[in-house]
Amino acid sequence: MTSAEARPGAHVIVCVGPGGVGKTTTAAALALRGARGGLRACVVTIDPARRLADALGIGDVGNEPHRVEAPPGSHMSGELWAVMLDAQTTFDDLVSRYATGPDQAATILANPVYQNISAALSGTQEYMAVEKLYELQESGAFDLIVVDTPPAQHALDFLEAPKHLARLLDNRVFRLLMTPTRAGLRALEIGAQLMLRTIAKVAGGQVVADTIGFFTQFEGMEEGFRARARRAEEVLHSDLTSFVLVCSPRRDTVDEALYLVTQMGASGAEAATVVVNRCYPSYAALPGATAEALAGTALSSLVVNLEQLSAVASMQDSQLARVASALPKATVLRVPFLSRDVADLGSLAEVADYLA
Amino acid sequence: MGPLTFLTQARVLIVTGKGGVGKTTVSGVVANLAVRNGLRAMVVQIGAPGSRHEPEALHLSRLYGQEQALGYEAVLLDANEEGGEVLARALWPDTALVEYLHRHGMRRLSRRLVSSGALDVVATAVPGMPDVLLLGKVKQMERAAAVGEPDAADLIVLDAPAAGHAIRFLQSPHGVADAAGGGPVRQQAEEVVAMLTDPSRCQVLLVTTPEETPVTETVETARLIEGTGTKLSAVIVNARLPVLDLPASLRPAELARTAAAAGTKLTTAELESLVAAGRVRAQRQQAQAAQVARLATELPLAQLELPFCFSSELGPDELELLTDALEVAVSGTAEVAP
Repeated sequence: MTSAEARPGAHVIVCVGPGGVGKTTTAAALALRGARGGLRACVVTIDPARRLADALGIGDVGNEPHRVEAPPGSHMSGELWAVMLDAQTTFDDLVSRYATGPDQAATILANPVYQNISAALSGTQEYMAVEKLYELQESGAFDLIVVDTPPAQHALDFLEAPKHLARLLDNRVFRLLMTPTRAGLRALEIGAQLMLRTIAKVAGGQVVADTIGFFTQFEGMEEGFRARARRAEEVLHSDLTSFVLVCSPRRDTVDEALYLVTQMGASGAEAATVVVNRCYPSYAALPGATAEALAGTALSSLVVNLEQLSAVASMQDSQLARVASALPKATVLRVPFLSRDVADLGSLAEVADYLA
Repeated sequence: MGPLTFLTQARVLIVTGKGGVGKTTVSGVVANLAVRNGLRAMVVQIGAPGSRHEPEALHLSRLYGQEQALGYEAVLLDANEEGGEVLARALWPDTALVEYLHRHGMRRLSRRLVSSGALDVVATAVPGMPDVLLLGKVKQMERAAAVGEPDAADLIVLDAPAAGHAIRFLQSPHGVADAAGGGPVRQQAEEVVAMLTDPSRCQVLLVTTPEETPVTETVETARLIEGTGTKLSAVIVNARLPVLDLPASLRPAELARTAAAAGTKLTTAELESLVAAGRVRAQRQQAQAAQVARLATELPLAQLELPFCFSSELGPDELELLTDALEVAVSGTAEVAP
């Protein structure tokens, strides 16, 4: 029995999709839907639009769950919580947790290479999102955790995020750098020594020194990190986790979404639900003769409009058909073009209604 | 200003905006306007490491009626008798590193360094390094244009990463120039910074759609980019619904009377369709107009509008239509002092 199964654990929904399709809003609406259904639900947002963050009350506070009150006039039998991911703080907390003592933690936190890894290395945000998710999942405080993913080109960046640090630690060059003794360095094959020298030549000797320093300081914590990453990965690949693909009905976003679907499949994940945002409604067309008769009247602009919006609707249908054939078992939920962006809990509730 | 003035303000035009606003389409349209004016334009796409097969790689070539993913070698997408050409290529951080090492006499090690994952090490130690390498390559192309090398492009259109990353992309060279303790990387970073902060060499073209969140983020992005010292050229307002002059009243009875006067009897279903679609359009038009106005207030920059295309995919016809629109929009902007 894996540790993920041993724990009752919260259900996890991971929202994946191309950038600019409303993933964060969808994630928040799914959490709200859960809270209305009586669950203690928490949404983990990554870089939300300011008004959405303000609406959730997390505009200024980050990294710890914040309770969101029910929208006026609506009933919420469960609880809605929101957290805005702060990757840097999450990583710092993780270092403090696994350090052998405050001294080791302080040394690592001050190392420039650590600061680069935690603040700027691509993949760290994904890794920390998974870490946050795992922390919340393990806390037992929630029944449902909905997580937004960074706008990555690769769904794998997220799915494989826990492997990120392991990959870094397993990198051949890093392993060489971690060999702490001079004897070890002497024992390096000539090719590897050349490599180190080349890195020093390109990026400066200080860089190599800092990197060696970081990995030396990191010693002893590695196993804790690895074990935790493995457990987080188990949760992501267990039955507790389901995936929601978020897209819009445009060809380019559907292209990207289908690409994500293929990649997820390779990683053993499949989206059970597809949320299609910004759908235009479809309308009954006018007979050609009627449309012609109205040309030149005060209604001609309405006729043109109907034709144009019908063209948009049929475009949408053909794109949605592609999604349906790629994911035949998935439930496809359409959310219409809303009259305004989600800027308060009332409009978030409106989105949640479409996801019911 | 005339299109040629717009296109020759800077040799590098960095196109950026929030994800999904149409950066690649805009890059293709700018290049097409260049080719119409007899210029040789090179569209450069930045790929994430290991992203050789991303679907958006096809998007640009489809605009030109082709179906090819971009690679490191430039491909010709269009050419005309006036000597105009559109070329396109993709750059990746690891190929940029290999090339950099070649140029610095480390050819023998370069392949091996990259295949062993040394780029990860360097990128970890100096996080802005991949960005510096990429922009360094762009700078090399820009220098070739500046000295008039025979194969050089007149205009380099950089289809940059989405806004959040683009800011880091533009900030990185400053950080690396400060942090890297000397050596070739520092020098490379300083040269990139010199290009980014010289408006005759490099400017940023922002792209947004006339929707609330993209406009808000565009204004924020604009401020951050200005903070890096790179000049903003203009903001493209992409995919705006063409404004229709809709009747003031959408009451079904009134529409039925108008139709009857024209000798047509509309069924209830037809009336409902016209009214429902009319309401959606009126609301969308109004919302977009409000966002365009807000953008003008919050971001004092020339706005260039491109229309929403009502076709299922963007190909050569849409490219021409959008280029016409860009030409008109550019001609309506004021000449700015250099």
